[in-house]
Amino acid sequence: MTLAIDVHGLNKTFGDKHVVNDVTIQVEQGRICGFLGPNGSGKTTTLRMLCGLLTPDSGSGEALGFDIIAQADEVKRRTGYMTQKFSLYEDLTIAENLQFTARVYGLDRRKDRVDKALERLGLATRRGQLAGTLSGGWKQRLALAAATLHEPKLLLLDEPTAGVDPKARRTFWDEIHALAAEGLTVLVSTHYMDEAERCHEIAYISYGRLIARGTAAEVIAGSGLITFHGEGPNADKLAHELATAPGVETAAAFGAAIHVSGTDRAALEAAVKPYRREPYRWTEVPPTLEDVFIQLMGQSQDNVQ
Amino acid sequence: MTGLSWLRVLAVLIKEFKQLTRDRITYAMMLAIPVVQLTLFGYAINTEPRHLPTAVMVQEDSRYARSIVAALKNSLYFDFVAQARSPAELDRMLRTGDAQFAVTIPGDFSRRVARGDKAQILVEADATDPSATGGAVAALAALPGQALAHDLTGALAPRGQGSAPFEVVVHRRYNPEAITAYNIVPGLLGIILSLTLVMMTALSVTRETERGTMETLLSTPLEPIEVMIGKLAPYVMVGLVQTAIILGMAAFLFHVPMSGGWLGLSLGIALFITGSLALGFLISTVARSQLAAMQMSFFYILPSILLSGFMFPFRGMPAWAQWLGEAIPVTHFLRVVRGSLLKSQGLGDQWRELLALTAFVLVVTALAMARYRRTLD
Repeated sequence: MTLAIDVHGLNKTFGDKHVVNDVTIQVEQGRICGFLGPNGSGKTTTLRMLCGLLTPDSGSGEALGFDIIAQADEVKRRTGYMTQKFSLYEDLTIAENLQFTARVYGLDRRKDRVDKALERLGLATRRGQLAGTLSGGWKQRLALAAATLHEPKLLLLDEPTAGVDPKARRTFWDEIHALAAEGLTVLVSTHYMDEAERCHEIAYISYGRLIARGTAAEVIAGSGLITFHGEGPNADKLAHELATAPGVETAAAFGAAIHVSGTDRAALEAAVKPYRREPYRWTEVPPTLEDVFIQLMGQSQDNVQ
Repeated sequence: MTGLSWLRVLAVLIKEFKQLTRDRITYAMMLAIPVVQLTLFGYAINTEPRHLPTAVMVQEDSRYARSIVAALKNSLYFDFVAQARSPAELDRMLRTGDAQFAVTIPGDFSRRVARGDKAQILVEADATDPSATGGAVAALAALPGQALAHDLTGALAPRGQGSAPFEVVVHRRYNPEAITAYNIVPGLLGIILSLTLVMMTALSVTRETERGTMETLLSTPLEPIEVMIGKLAPYVMVGLVQTAIILGMAAFLFHVPMSGGWLGLSLGIALFITGSLALGFLISTVARSQLAAMQMSFFYILPSILLSGFMFPFRGMPAWAQWLGEAIPVTHFLRVVRGSLLKSQGLGDQWRELLALTAFVLVVTALAMARYRRTLD
């Protein structure tokens, strides 16, 4: 087993805000690791420390076998980083953006590589179009093409599909899986549960701390969460009532249905009991990743300060 | 249309007021601009400078000569800073700008005054900036009538009456017709280059930060110096094109003399363009937004226009303002450009200004390199 990312006890403070707190992450080579957590939990900061954009206050580790602090340049050369906000040049064409990237990394066979990337993207016929005029989904795919042009060994993606439609998201993820199959290691932050489920493993970070990690099944099992699925009229009103009941850690309405979760089976049963009557129908279901994350978010200290 | 609602007006007004009080620039505009402008215009700017440095060559040591020097001093326009021993030395002081005026009292002056034989003194003015010398030259008109009033007594008393006992010959050197454009047009080269180059480069890096493209740039193997050279080189072209246009128009439209000093001029232009670009780059490493970069450039350009001797005579300013002015690169660049074009200065006359410009380039580049962050920390 070769670790592409192996960092220990990363810390970063901005002012009096401890944004990343003792984070330790290991990602095996060729794996896709989903990086999850609420807004402001330190995901972006962690990614930036991994690719040398930020210097950790303390902690150490290696990415691709290079020290992330002392050998940041070596890491940069072998890492592709895709920012949360589109950060290619909107006033350059699609081809010009890729050519710029190719030159900056000093790549050989520039024309060949750019043409291949355009082909792979399906943008060969639109190479002369200004990048700024692309739609959100295309922009993200172009950014991915630019981030992988120099054939990195590690890919860091910061919420790459925020605001992108489901079809474009699926295309994007197909590409990521194709890249991982070629041996690329991917660390991707996301808020989408379906994306989290497509990762080989996930790491959940909250308030700068790594709280849970493992495969989706492991994280769900590790949560010890019990979930009841209820159906019936006014499910959304019910969710509101149940949310404050003792033993209920999360209660959320999904259209005409409701998910009630908690870790204490007896207390949860007691809370649901008054509603175990017609016209409601209850069944116990395995908790979804979303149930688990909402529970995790509720547990950890609020980071919106 | 639902008519004017004061409640809605109030909503906007309250929002605007809150945003205004949260923006530090508002306070800068409200307080700094009036204070700075009033101080500059009220104290520093003086379109009729006095106490101008004057070199004198007295070829005879006589009462009359001493009286004339005293009278010049008393007019408050002339401060005697040097005694020249030869016409060449006098000429050099005028050319380098060490002296604004050169007064020559010839060897036969006393004899001629006594004989009533067309006695003359020669006053040469550095008239590159006509407005700087205008007042002093005008004051010279009263000199012959008064300077020797106490000396011409007894038998010589009649010499002091009627027609003046001597005459002042004024030579306006370098710009004999007192054409303002000769002074302003070369000066504009400095102002235009500062205005465009500092602002353009200041915006160029800030734009990357603002648009988020900086994050991608930083995640690549690019070195700071590579970014700086790559970013600034195109603007060197911009600066050279502008220089060509301005000098071309100066020559063909305004007939500004192009009397030489090309080596110093070329060196000066190269240094000034480089320095201005590096300064713009430095500003862009400090400013967080393009708007802030614009405002910072403005705070550089305003004193460059007012205190550099571009608009108002440098020697008309009080000492503190002259010290400030000496710290402004444009001041030194203007001296090089005017000195080259109008006074055909050589490198020997310009080395101090060129040295100042070199220091400007080195200091600003070093600061910019030190400020440029390779990370987002």
